[in-house]
Amino acid sequence: MNAPQANAAARMTYREACKQALREALLSDPRVFLMGEDIGRYGGCYAVTKGLLEEFGEERIRDTPLSESAFVGAGVGAAMAGMRPIVEIMTVNFSLLALDQIVNNAVTIPHMSGGQFAIPLVIRMATGGGRRVAAQHSRSLEGWYAHIPGLRVLTPATVEDARFMLKGALADPNPVIIFEHVMLYNMEGDLPSDMKVVEIAHAKVHRAGRDISLITYGGSLFKALEAADALAAEGIDAEVIDLRGLRPLDTKTILDSVAKTRRCVIIDEGWRSGSISAEIGMRIAEEAFFELDAPLRRVCSREAPIPFAAHLEDACLPQVATIVAVARELVRPS
Amino acid sequence: MSAFKMPALGADMEAGTLVEWLVKPGDRVKSGDVVAVVETQKGAIEVEIFLEGVVSNILVPVGARVPVGTVLAQIEGAEGAAPPPPLEPAAAALKPAPQVLAQAPPMPAITAPSSRLKITPAARRRATALSLDPTMIVKGTGVEGSIRLADVETYASGAKLARCPAKIGLDLSQMRQAIAAAMSRSKREIPHYYLTETVDLHAASTWIERYNAEKTPVERILPAVLFLKAAALALREQPHLNGAYENGAFIPSSSIHIGWAISLRGGGLIAPAIRDTDRKSLAELMAAMRDLVERARRGNLRSSELTSPTITVTSVGDRGAESVTGVIYPPQVAIVGFGRVVARPWVVDGRIESHPLVTVSLAADHRVTDGHIGGLYLAAVGRLLQEPDKL
Repeated sequence: MNAPQANAAARMTYREACKQALREALLSDPRVFLMGEDIGRYGGCYAVTKGLLEEFGEERIRDTPLSESAFVGAGVGAAMAGMRPIVEIMTVNFSLLALDQIVNNAVTIPHMSGGQFAIPLVIRMATGGGRRVAAQHSRSLEGWYAHIPGLRVLTPATVEDARFMLKGALADPNPVIIFEHVMLYNMEGDLPSDMKVVEIAHAKVHRAGRDISLITYGGSLFKALEAADALAAEGIDAEVIDLRGLRPLDTKTILDSVAKTRRCVIIDEGWRSGSISAEIGMRIAEEAFFELDAPLRRVCSREAPIPFAAHLEDACLPQVATIVAVARELVRPS
Repeated sequence: MSAFKMPALGADMEAGTLVEWLVKPGDRVKSGDVVAVVETQKGAIEVEIFLEGVVSNILVPVGARVPVGTVLAQIEGAEGAAPPPPLEPAAAALKPAPQVLAQAPPMPAITAPSSRLKITPAARRRATALSLDPTMIVKGTGVEGSIRLADVETYASGAKLARCPAKIGLDLSQMRQAIAAAMSRSKREIPHYYLTETVDLHAASTWIERYNAEKTPVERILPAVLFLKAAALALREQPHLNGAYENGAFIPSSSIHIGWAISLRGGGLIAPAIRDTDRKSLAELMAAMRDLVERARRGNLRSSELTSPTITVTSVGDRGAESVTGVIYPPQVAIVGFGRVVARPWVVDGRIESHPLVTVSLAADHRVTDGHIGGLYLAAVGRLLQEPDKL
């Protein structure tokens, strides 16, 4: 295992950060166990759990049948019984088979039992497109989950969030979904040596700027940062906000940023209609209308099933050039 | 001490640029003197003063663009003679307005520009904080040409004021905007009704031919002069078409100052007043029309000519259409249109003859009059044109 060396900044992949977070949870709390399809012997379809079966054994790293409803339901039951299950669903696309367990059971039991049961369940899922795996494996449905009160929805985009958000999620007595964007697993980043924890309630100003706010999360964060670099080359100073979580939404950070820059583009890999970007835009319209010096704009995925062909998939997903063009139009209309 | 203010040179004017002062501190002025030139969307207008006294203080520098109502200069020893209202109420001359008019709900005062201003919320709030009229900012640099914060700041910092003096003369795109604003407001606010009447011009044409035959080219008159005079005299019979509708009420005018619609080369339209049209002779009217057309095309009209029309007459002339139904220029309540004079079959004593005819139209404000009044008016115009020698 390549655990981080004490007191030294470590460079690692997002995948490795996810694995270390799981390992830390397994080591620090005997109630924690992992459950999901192919997470044991195969090491997880994105290799996040590779090696954990050998280290922790079958009791704690459990391969499940291909039945999302069954194993998510088992996770709900285990959480009710006092365990700290971490359930992996291969991708958000397949989570729809477990919607009933998530939305009707995990979320409502704490409420309907009058607080007698907590559901400290953590569900991890991969999300997003870009891997040329066609329509049924490329969706970004995290906005749907952000609609459900009673859920916490986290979207770690950086190595440090991938490494430390899990701890906060396990500490939450309510169900938490962590969305890991498929294109981030291979991304490398530095983990500060003295870092032990991140708090999960707030968005982060990832890059400060004064001309326009690029508001985004997850896989689109790095596109937004790249766009900000391109804009900087044109003399446009973009601020990049990483939401880090979609529910509860940290409205204050958004509004503070927009109050400063007075313009914003929301970048969301979900489809535009009824999306989390729509929610964010509406909150800005409701609470920061008089701060605005330009119309609100969004860069979302094309409203179509995500195609398989590379050029078509690229055309469907938010891209750096589009973000730059939309931002430029707001700051410097032709 | 009295204040000489930026006049409103028409319903569509919100601001003007002072391009020339024709007086300096210490100069004595009297009512009617031209004291300044103001650039508006309708070109450079010579602005008259209606105060008597000595100019003590000039407050607005050349090149500054200021809203209507801004004090331009102070006049010492002025008797407080207020500028004459554009319309002199003709209380005695008129029967009381019908009850239905008196009870009409007052219209909200129109202060907003008629085409909605595209301004961002932040810019609007900043403008309010600076007590700035955002409609003064002519060009926005934001999305879709919207006025944004930077435009307000630039404007506030005086960058616009420091700009070199505005070019004198006509800016046709500006004029198009002004026409658009006034006509949109008219169509939105004024319930128009339209009437037309075909008038036999046999007598008038014969009379003009004879009249012109003895005259030098400069003295000759056009049929339009007869139209103008007939339109003016007929208004004496139907005074409810002559005046202004403002703040929910019709204010009739005792004088008849017809706004004569002049189309400008390259586009655009302006309708300066021919004052006391009904009391001028045909020769005087011809001279007045010539003078107005020439000055309008130079962009060189006087403020009083733009503010005083009580009704508008538009005559499309030889190259125009057979009939024209106009759009009322607010706050006036009617516009009279004369189409092209055409030769057509006309029944005289049961026989068909070829006669020169003109279609006279009336568009009038239904809040003030009904078709009955309008019909009587057109009939009067037609009757007056049958006796051209009496015009």
